[in-house]
Amino acid sequence: MAKKKLTGAQIILEALKREKVSTVFGYPGGVVLGIFDELYDDKELKLILTRHEQGAVHMADGYARVTGEPGVVLVTSGPGATNTVTGIATAYMDSIPMVVLTGQVPTVLIGNDAFQEADIVGITRPCTKYNYLVKDVKDLAPTIKEAFHIARTGRPGPVLVDLPKDVTAAACDFDWPEKIDIPSYRPKVAGNKQMVRQAAAAVARAKKPLILAGGGVVASGAYAELLELATILNAPVTTTLMALGAFPASNPLYLGMPGMHGTYCANMAIQNSDLLLGVGVRFEDRVTGKTNTFAPHAQIVQIDIDPTSIRKNVRVDIPVVGDIKHVLKDMNGVLKSELKHKWDAVQQAWLKQIRQWNESHPLTYDYDDEVIKPQYVVEKLYEISKGNAIITTEVGQNQMWAAQFYRYEKPRRWLSSGGLGTMGYGFPAAIGAQMAAPDALVVDIAGDGSIQMNIQELATAVINKLPVKVAILNNQYLGMVRQWQELFFEERYAHTFLDSHMIPDFVKVAEAYGAVGLRATKPSEVVPVIKEAFRLKKPVFMDFICDWKEKVYPMVPAGASIDQMLLQEPKKTKARRLKAVK
Amino acid sequence: MRHTISVLVNNKFGVLSNVSGLFSGRGFNIESISVGMTLDSSVSQMTIVTRGDDQIIEQITKQLNKLIDVIKVVDLVEVDHIEREMVLIKVAPKQEHKAEVLRLTEIFRGRVVDSSQKTYTIEVTGDEKKIEALINLLKPIGIKEFVRTGKVAMAREGTAP
Repeated sequence: MAKKKLTGAQIILEALKREKVSTVFGYPGGVVLGIFDELYDDKELKLILTRHEQGAVHMADGYARVTGEPGVVLVTSGPGATNTVTGIATAYMDSIPMVVLTGQVPTVLIGNDAFQEADIVGITRPCTKYNYLVKDVKDLAPTIKEAFHIARTGRPGPVLVDLPKDVTAAACDFDWPEKIDIPSYRPKVAGNKQMVRQAAAAVARAKKPLILAGGGVVASGAYAELLELATILNAPVTTTLMALGAFPASNPLYLGMPGMHGTYCANMAIQNSDLLLGVGVRFEDRVTGKTNTFAPHAQIVQIDIDPTSIRKNVRVDIPVVGDIKHVLKDMNGVLKSELKHKWDAVQQAWLKQIRQWNESHPLTYDYDDEVIKPQYVVEKLYEISKGNAIITTEVGQNQMWAAQFYRYEKPRRWLSSGGLGTMGYGFPAAIGAQMAAPDALVVDIAGDGSIQMNIQELATAVINKLPVKVAILNNQYLGMVRQWQELFFEERYAHTFLDSHMIPDFVKVAEAYGAVGLRATKPSEVVPVIKEAFRLKKPVFMDFICDWKEKVYPMVPAGASIDQMLLQEPKKTKARRLKAVK
Repeated sequence: MRHTISVLVNNKFGVLSNVSGLFSGRGFNIESISVGMTLDSSVSQMTIVTRGDDQIIEQITKQLNKLIDVIKVVDLVEVDHIEREMVLIKVAPKQEHKAEVLRLTEIFRGRVVDSSQKTYTIEVTGDEKKIEALINLLKPIGIKEFVRTGKVAMAREGTAP
């Protein structure tokens, strides 16, 4: 069969289609004009034009977190490329599949400090899973195929492909490799049988087992296997920030999130368990607190596809390298067929103890009639959306309250920058999520600081008719930093006051962009504002003027053991408990 | 403890940078690194000498394995192996010490590869201890400069994992 000769730009588009890409987030510029020109008439690929390259990357990230498929970004060279770095690093830390296409100056000019030249391959080397500089148009199709393969498989991550202008202008036959095999890259999917058996046996012996699930469960799509494991063992489950929704929050075995702002119950369970089963979790410092007093009585079993995650931060007694879904399937098989215990009877005492912790110290806050408590806003968002929204967050207090007071029943409904902690992530991620799930209710739970870091993307939302809702928990401060200053810096609020009740006026900002702005200053206005925002089929900013003094509790001070939690401040008014929506 | 790690990599541009970036990004130190092509010109062999406790070395070997372009990683501490290094030493001895320099060169089975009125340049190959012994003996006589290649290493036949 005769092959068509295509230009580099056409090859890129064809390759994206072969990889089943339908949406590209991008921003044009000099060296990528040829590619944008091809995109202009394309019927299958939709380009979402953003207002900043960082916004484009976070949108692709949000798209990827909702669909599980790589998000795709196309930007120009130099500043276009360097603007993607924060977004790429965010995706890399959270293992999000993504392919970033950057323009580059013509190959003859590379290294000459040409106009809008940046060594983006060098710059992104430590924050991509892999990256390429394509020097020959013949390499283009196989490189893009490889890029998607690497982004998707193993521990997923962002891959960058740098495209010199002359390479995208040159033409050659389109030769699409149907299969990719990289001998130096063959991620191990199935776990070693003997290690799986050993892990299952250890779990079977445990009197106080605890499952600690992380983002790997989401990446692997192992929700059913995790639920089955917990059910077989009748063992409690705690999920890290990255895994909210990977185990249903309403399940009686669920303890909430552990770590610095985790629940009392989850942290106490870790510290008292005799077996901790880490599933797709990398034991990050925000989860472990002080590592040498972490889970002191527990034998630790860790299952992860990335061998470098094992024994990196904490001691591990039984490691299993493999894809979570495969390993858990095998392990459940062993537990069911070979190790028939009466789990229910064994764990009654342990579960009773856990119930006591849960009941003695639930997540609470002090409701107030006069001033809006940010937790109240999140609680109402949960109730009014019936738990069905896709929630994105910024970083700081808003993120923690969104994790604590919204309850996640299903995976891929919680989008938050867990590893890098990127302020400005949530709003563009919400736009990407809305592209991926046009009919879903998408809400960015934001702070007044974070929202200002990518507020320009409001134009993208309005123009593309993406009705995302932004709930700004406006406390005029960089709240989490202010909280640390209050607790650890003698209430010296150095440079954390933003004055954002007035500057900017978020309602007017929304209106200026053609979106809707709503404001609540009293608790009684919260519910009507949320209901109105959800009713409108437009992007809405909800400006909730909140209590600036409110802090996130529980809190484990940095460097302390996770059972050394600061709990709620002395109660002044009637405490409200978090209620699950029926 | 000191480890000699042998790494087989794809011979592509950027690979050395990926490997060295892995060390610098995690605060691990490279004492020496040598790179060269293998029988298969698409594959290069690196020999890296580094230092760290068991946990750090475990991380280093795992992180190296994780790099897409790394084909194989062997920590040679675990196997019987041969190590060699070459050094070029430029010595500027006083007239009365010239014979001593030549004698030491012979004892260490080195060669004089360049000489001028005031200097000899000596080439010596051997393991690290031998090279250090020679340098220590020549120091009082007057070394102008020396250049070491860094270690290359290979597992002995029959012991490779």
